[in-house]
Amino acid sequence: MSSLNKSSFLRIFLSYLPIVMLFFSVFNEFDFNYLKLDYFAFNFVHLLIFFWTLRNPDQLGYLAIFFAGIINDVVIGIPIGISSFYYLILCSVTAYIRNITLTPNFIKDWISLLFTILLINSIQVIILDLVFLIKVDYTNYLINSGFTFLFYPIFFVFFNFLNERISYQTND
Amino acid sequence: MATGRDDFVIAIRSAFLKKKDKQKFSLLTLIFVSIFVIILSNLNFKVIQFVKLGINEVIYRSSHIASIPENYLKDITSKFNSHMDLYKSHQKELVKLENSEQLELQNEFLTAENKKLRDLLDESINSKEIFARVLIDKDSPYLKSVVLNKGTKDKVKIGMAVIDEVYLVGQIIEVNYSNSRALLLSDLNSKIPSVLEPDDIQAVVSGTGSNFGTIEHTQIDYKEGINNKEIIAYTSGLGGLFKPGIPIGKIDNTSEGQINFFSDFTQLNYVKIVSYKFGGEK
Repeated sequence: MSSLNKSSFLRIFLSYLPIVMLFFSVFNEFDFNYLKLDYFAFNFVHLLIFFWTLRNPDQLGYLAIFFAGIINDVVIGIPIGISSFYYLILCSVTAYIRNITLTPNFIKDWISLLFTILLINSIQVIILDLVFLIKVDYTNYLINSGFTFLFYPIFFVFFNFLNERISYQTND
Repeated sequence: MATGRDDFVIAIRSAFLKKKDKQKFSLLTLIFVSIFVIILSNLNFKVIQFVKLGINEVIYRSSHIASIPENYLKDITSKFNSHMDLYKSHQKELVKLENSEQLELQNEFLTAENKKLRDLLDESINSKEIFARVLIDKDSPYLKSVVLNKGTKDKVKIGMAVIDEVYLVGQIIEVNYSNSRALLLSDLNSKIPSVLEPDDIQAVVSGTGSNFGTIEHTQIDYKEGINNKEIIAYTSGLGGLFKPGIPIGKIDNTSEGQINFFSDFTQLNYVKIVSYKFGGEK
């Protein structure tokens, strides 16, 4: 009985972990997106959304992503709705990739991530700089995109392990 | 060819419209909602302003609570470092103390004289200070700002100066009921009218998005004056928001034209929100 309860707790905990990580990242002051280091930053939230909406979309709902975007906008102080919009664009790309892919391939995912990040960062720069006239640093965006792309394999290993645990617990 | 195009259309339609078992809304619906939110958030209707204030209040408070463990860790690290540097900082403080006693006397005389002269010109400056605590200092590459725990209920208004000890750190750009957001001097969008002393050169101190600022809209040859001397930037008072003479930062030989702010924006805990009244202003 005890082991049953334990397993059920673990299953619930693991199934909510991607959402918890997403909301923790947008709420918390600690941000990989701005580590106060020169020429080093990456967007953890982009990696998280990209992986989970591509590999296991049941664990990270679009509505949760939408609300995470709203929270992110309020916390960092940019006009409300922008982060939600580009997080959802990221989801659209992953949904498209999922539809046209029969067997998932890490390398193809990785290359698609680069194009996706460049696309959503360009959209963000266009909205912030040209529509809302908020000055942004293009170098920061480029560095951020580069490191987000480079860090994907590391987080892929971690998220994939987590995903396997979730699948194992769900099928158990 | 036609089949390829059909496949593409089917994949796109499926991506945007199809809902998975646990998804309550399709992607297209949420994308339209987010565009709607972006448009709404930029309209100045009273209802929208109230909803925005409500969202800000709830999220700022929640973010502050979510950051408590992390801030606690930061505090411990800072205390540990301060403990380790105790001897070194004590020696530095001793040297500073010797000079500051002489400067204090000189300062008192100059302040009194300055006040007397301003009164004669009917240019007296009165200030009102509100002490505030920093709730959130989540930096981002897009906006360098901090959220403070004082808002409209404490009579905070947009444009008020934010001061750390005696140094300018930014100005209020958004006010909610119980909190407000201050744009730091380091933000790319920050422009402060200033005067460079001792040469008395008018300039604008502009943020760069990094921890230093730059000098803009000034004499082209101002850099020649920097050689072998330290230049201090103070607020010039032009624009009427800040009083003249609030220290901002300094430029020296090693800083290559960059202005190093006096205040460390990563260590802000408590600040003053200050409003100024000039001369006969009501």
